[in-house]
Amino acid sequence: MSNIPKDLQYTQSHEWIRRLGDGQVEIGITDHAQGSLGDLVFVEVPDVGRRVKAGESCAVVESVKAASDVYSPVNGKVTASNTELASRPELLNQDPYGAGWLMRVELDAAAAAAPFLSAGDYANTLAEAAG
Amino acid sequence: MAFIPHTPDDVARMLETIGVQSIEALFDEIPAALKITALDAVPPALSEMEVGRLLMERAARDGRPLNFIGAGAYEHHIPAPVWAIATRGEFYSAYTPYQAEASQGTLQLIYEYQSMMCGLTGMEVSNASLYDGASALAEACLMAVRANRASSSRRVLMPRAVNPTYAKVAAAIAGNQDIGFEPVDYDREQGRTLLDALQAYSGQDFTALVLQQPNFFGNLEEVGALSDWAHANKILVIAVVNPTSLALLAPPGRWGADIVCGEGQPLGIPLSSGGPYFGFMATRMQYVRQMPGRIVGRTLDVEGRPGFSLTLQAREQHIRRSKATSNICTNQGLMVTAATIYLSLLGAEGLERVAAASMQRTDDLVTALTRVKGVRAAFSAPRFHEAVLLLDRPVAPVLAALAHRGIVGGLDLGGSFPELGPALLVCATETKLDTDIGAYAAALSEVMTQSRAGAAA
Repeated sequence: MSNIPKDLQYTQSHEWIRRLGDGQVEIGITDHAQGSLGDLVFVEVPDVGRRVKAGESCAVVESVKAASDVYSPVNGKVTASNTELASRPELLNQDPYGAGWLMRVELDAAAAAAPFLSAGDYANTLAEAAG
Repeated sequence: MAFIPHTPDDVARMLETIGVQSIEALFDEIPAALKITALDAVPPALSEMEVGRLLMERAARDGRPLNFIGAGAYEHHIPAPVWAIATRGEFYSAYTPYQAEASQGTLQLIYEYQSMMCGLTGMEVSNASLYDGASALAEACLMAVRANRASSSRRVLMPRAVNPTYAKVAAAIAGNQDIGFEPVDYDREQGRTLLDALQAYSGQDFTALVLQQPNFFGNLEEVGALSDWAHANKILVIAVVNPTSLALLAPPGRWGADIVCGEGQPLGIPLSSGGPYFGFMATRMQYVRQMPGRIVGRTLDVEGRPGFSLTLQAREQHIRRSKATSNICTNQGLMVTAATIYLSLLGAEGLERVAAASMQRTDDLVTALTRVKGVRAAFSAPRFHEAVLLLDRPVAPVLAALAHRGIVGGLDLGGSFPELGPALLVCATETKLDTDIGAYAAALSEVMTQSRAGAAA
């Protein structure tokens, strides 16, 4: 069973969202996602300052067997991205909710709260998919 | 002779097994109106002997003309071992093999090819080749849009001095993927793209600038200054180069190209009615994940022995699906085999001699032809092995009269560059002797004098 921290929110497409309080969120991909991809060999993160829209492809994670787009769960502006992953993509395998974060986004003020999944709901989604 | 191995019995048993009356019944869902039952335009079959005779007769009609056309495909001497080796059974396959790692020899050859192309272009990584020079440019434009994250315009500056066929192919392929092309005019006196023409676009959002060196007219662009302007405006530089010329000219990696592509035909591939040829592409390591095409890498196996494998395949469509860097998933394996053998036989020194001789022959040709009354050189810029001549009368009848004398005199530029007036693009490579150039000059002189006399009468 993969690790699903209780204090985060999730999407159907296996991104996690951490509320940072100051109108910003931190975004990454889940332990389940990194486990399914296998050993990552390349991670491409968005440039700081880029505007992203919910559902838009904003990062790429590439493993020895697959390459996947990561979709922004929110509308906003990228304020930071984890450039450490360019030289050390394995951080995302080792610590998907910590050192393997992908980007921080400042949310658009007008953005309505998106219907994210709680840890419990995300766990159910995974269980259903596996079932 | 039927090439289907199944006997009528086999077919009957298979149909019975799946419960179908006839093979035709398998195609029932195709409306009858769409089915073609006869090929009316195809003549009746000929025997092998008849076909052989027909083709010999047609080939004889071509004659053995003296050829002075370049314009993107060049007649060079091909040492006999090139195709003797390339057509050995071990190499004789058109593509990268399936289960590629089982064919270590083929992969090693492609790896050597990639290394040679990196050496020639001054770039860090080359792919295993593409279809041809024109489609390589189209792929380079698509790649630049992916690679240039500072630009969102999807607009490419395409100088008019770039081979017009390449520009058309790029517009046909990339234009249909929402990429726009902005033509940049050339200087009428020098025959090349001036920095002034680019500066009109300073501060605007463009994704890439295409620079052909030497350009379509054979002239040398001031690539360093043009490339610096592009980078100052956050524009990626796509170089289109003639690989033979790189033995003499500065490699594009040194003057700032971000993507290098071009036509590989001059490296040991015969003209053969326009193909098959091969395209090449090389880039800087920072853009490797945006590059299309196959890439062979050198690695170690589990026992520490060196070997070769296809690498960075997550760019390709069998893994990346619709987000792949290209939907072309193979290379021109056999052409690349010939080119690799050609380059290894000539070596750096041999290629330099071919390039220098071609440049000298073209110089001699221009000197000889511009002595003819009514012929002058169009441009003042330094050139490699092609030149544009201006005639005092329409080009087409002159070329027709030369063809009667067994000379293919060059390419009429009227279609693509009407503003030049009657203009002829000529080329001489190391294959042309003094006597050939003399023969062309004498024939041209005769044709020009006769048609002048004809016009006067």
